[in-house]
Amino acid sequence: MYAFEIERPNTIADAVKALQSDGAQALGGGQTLIPTLKARLAAPEVLVSLTGIGEMQGVCLSDDGALCVGAGTTHATVASEAAAHFPGLAELASHIGDPAVRNRGTLGGSLANNDPAACYPAAVLGTGATIITNTRQIAADDYFQGMFTTALEEGEVITEVRFPIPQKSHYMKFVQPASRFALVGVFVAQYADGVRVAVTGASEEGVFRWHDAEKALAADFSDKALDSLSVPADNMIGDLHGSPAYRAHLVKVMTGRAVKAA
Amino acid sequence: MPKDHGIGASDKRREDVRFLTGAGHYTDDIKHYGATTAVFCRSTVAHGVIKSIDTSEAEGMPGVLAIFTGADFADVGGNPAGWLINSRDGTPMKEPKRPVLAHGKVRHVGDAYAAVIAETELQARNAAEAIVAEIEELPAIVDMAAALAGDAFVHDEIETNQCFDWGWIEDNRAATDAAIKAAPHVTTLELVNNRLVPNAMEPRCSIGNYDAGNDSYVLQTTSQNPHLTRLLISAFVMGIPENKLTVIAPDVGGGFGSKIYHYGEEALVLAAARKIGRPVKWTADRTEAFLTDAHGRDHVTKIELACEKDGTFIAFRTETMANVGAYLSNFSTATPTFLHGTLMAGNYTVPNVYVNVKAVFTNTAPVDAYRGAGRPEATYSIERVIDKAARELGIDPIEIRRKNFVKPDQYPFVSAAGLEYDSGNYDALMDTLEKHIDRKGFEARRKESEAKGMLRGLGLNAYIEACGIAPSNLVGVLGSRVGLYDAATVRVNATGNLSVMVGAHSHGQGHETVFPQIVGEMLGIDPQSIDIVHGDTSKIPFGMGTYGSRSLAVCGSAMVRATEKIIAKAKKIAAHMLEASADDVDFKDGQFTVKGTDKSVSFGEVALKAYIPHNFPLEDIEPGLEETAFYDPANFTYPSGAYACEVEVDPDTGKVRVDRFVAVDDFGNIMNPMIVTGQVHGGLGQGIGQALLEGARYDDDGQLLSASYMDYTMPRADDLPFYTVDHANGTPCTHNPLGVKGCGEAGAIGSPPTIVNAVVDALQSAGKNVTHIDMPLTPLRVWDAMQNA
Amino acid sequence: MASVTMKVNGKSVSKDVEGRTLLVDFLRNDLRLTGTHVGCDTSQCGACVVHVNGQAVKACAIFAIEVDGAEVATIEGQANADGSLNVIQQAFQDHHGLQCGFCTPGMVMSAAALLKENPKPSEAEVRSYLEGNICRCTGYHNIVKAIMAASGQDVAAIAAE
Repeated sequence: MYAFEIERPNTIADAVKALQSDGAQALGGGQTLIPTLKARLAAPEVLVSLTGIGEMQGVCLSDDGALCVGAGTTHATVASEAAAHFPGLAELASHIGDPAVRNRGTLGGSLANNDPAACYPAAVLGTGATIITNTRQIAADDYFQGMFTTALEEGEVITEVRFPIPQKSHYMKFVQPASRFALVGVFVAQYADGVRVAVTGASEEGVFRWHDAEKALAADFSDKALDSLSVPADNMIGDLHGSPAYRAHLVKVMTGRAVKAA
Repeated sequence: MPKDHGIGASDKRREDVRFLTGAGHYTDDIKHYGATTAVFCRSTVAHGVIKSIDTSEAEGMPGVLAIFTGADFADVGGNPAGWLINSRDGTPMKEPKRPVLAHGKVRHVGDAYAAVIAETELQARNAAEAIVAEIEELPAIVDMAAALAGDAFVHDEIETNQCFDWGWIEDNRAATDAAIKAAPHVTTLELVNNRLVPNAMEPRCSIGNYDAGNDSYVLQTTSQNPHLTRLLISAFVMGIPENKLTVIAPDVGGGFGSKIYHYGEEALVLAAARKIGRPVKWTADRTEAFLTDAHGRDHVTKIELACEKDGTFIAFRTETMANVGAYLSNFSTATPTFLHGTLMAGNYTVPNVYVNVKAVFTNTAPVDAYRGAGRPEATYSIERVIDKAARELGIDPIEIRRKNFVKPDQYPFVSAAGLEYDSGNYDALMDTLEKHIDRKGFEARRKESEAKGMLRGLGLNAYIEACGIAPSNLVGVLGSRVGLYDAATVRVNATGNLSVMVGAHSHGQGHETVFPQIVGEMLGIDPQSIDIVHGDTSKIPFGMGTYGSRSLAVCGSAMVRATEKIIAKAKKIAAHMLEASADDVDFKDGQFTVKGTDKSVSFGEVALKAYIPHNFPLEDIEPGLEETAFYDPANFTYPSGAYACEVEVDPDTGKVRVDRFVAVDDFGNIMNPMIVTGQVHGGLGQGIGQALLEGARYDDDGQLLSASYMDYTMPRADDLPFYTVDHANGTPCTHNPLGVKGCGEAGAIGSPPTIVNAVVDALQSAGKNVTHIDMPLTPLRVWDAMQNA
Repeated sequence: MASVTMKVNGKSVSKDVEGRTLLVDFLRNDLRLTGTHVGCDTSQCGACVVHVNGQAVKACAIFAIEVDGAEVATIEGQANADGSLNVIQQAFQDHHGLQCGFCTPGMVMSAAALLKENPKPSEAEVRSYLEGNICRCTGYHNIVKAIMAASGQDVAAIAAE
């Protein structure tokens, strides 16, 4: 690690202000950023820790029935507090990383980083959630813009995510055996007006919606509905752990399993 | 009934208390007054010419105390290979120099070409980053076949990438070729024994100290064998006299082979400590460990098994390319040869065996012994090809093995690969295995799995290995440059307690508990009054360390011999005290008695007398009670076993789950069953890891793709099952005093083929014509194999 | 530099630290509590697991400054008041749940967190919970067994010894 200072603001306003200084970078739970710093792959002058901001913490239901999760809420808290309202999301959160990582890692940190193999992007895109920042609201479909790339502006802070709660949902992850990130993870959500299917881990473009599956499942919410579909291997990630063809195959398998488990 | 104390009892480990309370002392836990930090500049390219290294900016940076480059060590010696291998044509192997820091060329990613010593780690890293090395990148030599065929060399001065071309036993080559040519059935298998990274959980760490007043050095380092490290530094690398160098290996967080060897970082911290007159510490991070710890395995092999139609083995013929990486690590030449080729007859009476091994330099990290070291490679090749042959011939996999087993009345048995097996009973092991595995119930379990959409397979295996390394006379003839005895000093203190100094080093094996069990039983005293001293060259007579499952068989034997000397001397003292002839004195349960009388003295009283020698027969007996023994084994020990496992394969994803695993082993006599079982568990974890999860992979540019836990799959708790382990009915080793055989590596030797055999069985059950998949059997590879079958 | 104050194993400590100081380095270097180990750079091995305000965290992936005002528990504070091993530590010794000992502090701290959340975990639950704790010596058998034993479950039926 290079040398840097850490600031710990208590309000969103103070955090936003701190992030305006040169070389400032937001620090969520740090479960990805700290290893990155250790490898000297980032050189901030100031880290602005967001974990002490009370107004970014917690899980609640909005008046319109959406589940609101503060961006600073840890995976462990989502796993326990979302369980009654949105079990699909709670289940997803309960399998991110390992227990110690879940006690530190946050929803906002995961979304801001947008690792192509992270779990949360699948839930956010798979529910059509709204990402709320200090300046605006961003629809999930507009937020994810490719690997490690998002709609966030410099200095913009995610404060909350609002998830429309589906009638049924499930996240099925096939883990990359070493990192235990998603080699392929599929979030399936059924709503009164349709079905959304979002896939993480698989594509060079980052998280994406599998529209063909959404249509087929809207007509018949069963794994059999996927039988005639296939996922093209173009743009799928190829690495030590999975070829593009393998990942494409797993997208279909995991989608089917998510539907069955939903 | 299991014993509740002494030899054969499952005494709880005394060392656990400090490890469980955070009171252990690993090297990185040691903090010296005035300590400085060393950081290394490491090559980011696999192969390149060092054109220049500009350290000028770094030298002026805050906190920088010294900077070293390869030029600073150009005149000191190289880190040598410990075993000379001669090629089939009689020429000696190629031994290019392995310098402390790369000089002239860098030869693998991670090869260190400079080092910075600074007040703090931050300052050292900042300065290291400011060193500008101009390295002209050359094409990386990664693939072994291409390395042998090409005209670019890892070491230009030897004008080849072949270290040696070894035949074993060369005189048997023609007969083996003829036997295979004439055989009614030949099964051929090409396989890869995957490259592994040992991954002891404690990264390497070394601290150098120099005392100008005495012109002496102390090296605290993560070593499995401090004496060997001292010897290498003294005799080869730096020329520091052994009496001026103390090497201390305190608590060491696992080794598995990777901490046997002397590494350049150890020499660097000593040289730096002398230069700046302050302690210098280097601690590897995990990435450095991946890039620079000696890796394991990495063989590409073609094996042929010739047999009769009834499954009687006629010949094994093996051609192997063994990767030695960019430099020869200390045991790298012994591992693919004498620890591999000599085992290529397995547990079998096969009359013809021939092995050819070509060792190949590549632009990759050095490869050396890793848990099992050569024997896993041998076992994997043999047991995979047998399984394939059994399938081709339609013979039951247990039956084909039994048909060819060495039988109990054949010992000592000289195998066709030249080793003399002293004891064993492979059929009995297989009998025990069959009792454990409920083979009759397998078909029902397979159907249950199929009902869930899963494929179930049963894998079977038999292994033999040679460990307890090693008889010096034999290995000397075969090219070893060291003796492989061990030593122990038993010091009885005046107050009756004992310090036992042993050359073996415990880094998880439980010596601190087991060795006192043995000495305590021999002396009839409480083992709690005995402490083991290890890991410090200034306290221990000598030792060759811990690897090759040798600690108990070799060092333990030295300890027994030294204890016997103690008893002999104590008897003389007791005889004097009891006014009897030593011949009339018996020793039992800690009491010396005179035959036919009720006169006795205790061991403690004799100890006190030895140190307060009033009224002492000084003309016959020296005061004191301390004895040393060196023990050189007469032969290897030959553990053997029969393993089985059942796996479930998910055909939709290729994921393999190990449902159950049974390991039946013959380790001879057992000193502490709990610890032996733990050793088997650990070996199984690593062996199953090799089979299913682990693989070090370089790309064509020589970049290590699996250089962190993000890409190198370490076995975790949820990858592994509970194991059934049975070592209750061993056949004692015939040539060491405790009748023991090594147990540390067996699990890692016997398990990989068991797993692969099971996965192949599972896929075959689904009608897939899959006869082999190279390890690790990742979901991707299994799925690919199924698509292509 | 910034001043941090925290309670470590019940004892209050205040020190000045750099921003970049990780909790694990603070424990090991500033407080000389070297039982918490560093085994990787990617916060995966778990040798550094400690408790912060009762929750298991990886001390290599949290800055000391972030722990300001918190209560930290490390392996050094786990034994009973009389110095004897606590139930989990004792189970690890009884069931040979450690060999080289390097991963052990993290294992014990993770096990303690697990048993607080789930007092009678199944084998599968134990194995799953240990996803972030790597052991290279034991093949995990005896670790899983020890944790189940520490939870008061009868482990006699689990093969071994």
